[in-house]
Amino acid sequence: MTARISKWPGKELHADDLYQAKVTQVRFRPDAKYAWSAGEAMSRFLEELQQGRLVARTCRRCKRVLFPPRMFCEECFRPTDGWTYIRDTGTIETFSVSYLDRDARRIAQPILVGVVSLDGASPMMGMMHYFAEMTPDQIRIGMRVKAVWRPPAERRGSVLDIAYFRPLREGEA
Amino acid sequence: MIGAGMTLFRRRLQETGKELCYEAARMALDSAGLTLADVDAVVSGSAPDAFDGVHMKGEYLLDGAGGYRKPYVRVFTGGGTGVFSTIAGWWHVASGLADVVLVVNEEKMSSCQPHAQSVFAHIWDPILDRPLQPNLVWIFAMEMNRYMTVHGVKKEDIALVAVKNKRNAVDHPCAQLADPKITVEDVLKSEVMAWPVQRLDISPPSDGASAVVLASDEVIRKRRIKDRAWISGVGWCIDSTMWTDRDLYFPQYVARAAKMAYKMAKIGDPRREIDFAEPYDPFDYKELHHLEGLLLAKKGEAPKLTREGVTQRDGDLPACPSGGLMGVGNPIAATMGQKIGELFWQLTGQAGKRQIPHEVRTGVSNGWGDLMQYGSVVVMRA
Amino acid sequence: MTFLERTTDIRRLRHWEGTIEADYIYTSGIAGERFFVALREEGRILAARCSFCDLAYLPPKMFCERCFAELTDFVDVPKVGRVEAVTLSHVDRRGNRLARPEPWAFVTFKGIHGGLLHRLLVPPDKARPGLRVRPRVHPKDVRRGTIADIEGFEPATP
Repeated sequence: MTARISKWPGKELHADDLYQAKVTQVRFRPDAKYAWSAGEAMSRFLEELQQGRLVARTCRRCKRVLFPPRMFCEECFRPTDGWTYIRDTGTIETFSVSYLDRDARRIAQPILVGVVSLDGASPMMGMMHYFAEMTPDQIRIGMRVKAVWRPPAERRGSVLDIAYFRPLREGEA
Repeated sequence: MIGAGMTLFRRRLQETGKELCYEAARMALDSAGLTLADVDAVVSGSAPDAFDGVHMKGEYLLDGAGGYRKPYVRVFTGGGTGVFSTIAGWWHVASGLADVVLVVNEEKMSSCQPHAQSVFAHIWDPILDRPLQPNLVWIFAMEMNRYMTVHGVKKEDIALVAVKNKRNAVDHPCAQLADPKITVEDVLKSEVMAWPVQRLDISPPSDGASAVVLASDEVIRKRRIKDRAWISGVGWCIDSTMWTDRDLYFPQYVARAAKMAYKMAKIGDPRREIDFAEPYDPFDYKELHHLEGLLLAKKGEAPKLTREGVTQRDGDLPACPSGGLMGVGNPIAATMGQKIGELFWQLTGQAGKRQIPHEVRTGVSNGWGDLMQYGSVVVMRA
Repeated sequence: MTFLERTTDIRRLRHWEGTIEADYIYTSGIAGERFFVALREEGRILAARCSFCDLAYLPPKMFCERCFAELTDFVDVPKVGRVEAVTLSHVDRRGNRLARPEPWAFVTFKGIHGGLLHRLLVPPDKARPGLRVRPRVHPKDVRRGTIADIEGFEPATP
């Protein structure tokens, strides 16, 4: 059947047709603003970040330490049981060297970003964050890292209260 | 399945979403020798409303999808929709509620300015991820890096998939980015977006629509329909949205969906019993990732199969004979055209220049979506 | 902690603010292009005929939603239409109060399936269903090929 069809439907436009309004069109920008509730777990998570600490939740049934913290265990499907603090050191599980900013614009200095699993939480439990004080050639999966916190006065209750994770130095825990 | 249709896939098409649906749906019905009056129910598949920029997109598309005054439902599972909507169509027929179902998938990525990235970005968690101002490509880069590191896969191995699929796409009449001359070197020299992802590792955003017609065996017997392929197995699965807690090197959720589909299709040894595959390939490394998730290759083995030519059209396990998303284009849900549509056209001997040169009787395809969470799998037989 | 022990004072919970930003360009499509080009260039209002179903769609469509035929036969709607329904809008799109209420109408045309939603160009107290109206189109030099090329519908003096 595909061998028998000679003309496939679809009228292609070129960039100019669209951007120089050579075809009739309507342009619109929706005006959507949001205030997402952080909920119980994330609210405490953000409070603790502002105090320079990382907090997790525990599930008695599967014995996991869940980070980021959540009010229910998705595996046991029951409420989680308690709060516990975890360390701000961890291991790089994966990373990327990005030459694009969030609008897909090219940047000269790459951003090092990835997932760090944190000591004290269950294995592989982690968060996405920036990496710095290392070059694109040095960054490795398996590298041991530590959080660099912003000064207390600059913290707002945000994941950005940590500026980035840097390589763990000799002698550090 | 008794018919299929699709539009050209291009960076920007003039048709409205409704018109794209109509073009694909009409083609699918014509190919099955049916009219709209023969259709009992319609399933619409389309990814986030925010791409087309029309709220309640399913309702908006329905007249072009043939849904006027019919039982109609829109399903959405992110990038998994391309395969999942066929599963939802199958439910309608398998339940006995409908004899003929039209499944119509559509996406108009070009409405979103300056780039579909602007709304893709909202997939990230607002509190945990968005303050870091992530680019969508980071997801793929991090998954690709984990896969490469755990298995020691080199970029050259992965680039072979881009080369294979873009070359295969030369034979696809709707293809947006076919390239008969592309080489591994071209891919490796292309602009680094977020290492290890480079420009030619990525499929393009596209406008397009595709449709398939499903019918019960009673209809097929009564109307003596000769061009048909059977849906033997369906499966779907989703993993936790807490993606930072998961090891990304292997798509567990695709494997679970595949096991569900293989069980239904009574397939005990996929590598031997599946003749060809259309794994979801929005990025070249995803074909490898998904071949392993579909249990068609052992973990870490897919690059070797590719290097050895096993996944070429004339190989032992052709993968993406259509040219995939890499070559034909990526209008999210409308990729049903070169995934499910390709299974249909290959199994009924209608794939023209893309026809696999040896006999194929069993094929499998998967969709993949959300924040690296969703797997949908369909097995079809001649 | 069980769900019963959770915080019930929502002021103790944080929230995170943000926007969803994107700009959109919507093409008129195949049928829409014919409709809006005719409106822009010649001030005409077109409908699309389905000869199988004996219907003419306004706004025109590329396909008949009932029988799925492809529609290529476009016809002008009659010069005068009828107000089917009216509403008076007291607030703008963002919810701000308007200085004076604005009448809006759904206008149909004899022999045409569907209709157009647009401004009713009469004082608010004169807005009512049943009025015979005709379109008032902006001067050609300011028309851009959108529904706003029509200024509104004004009473048609017999």
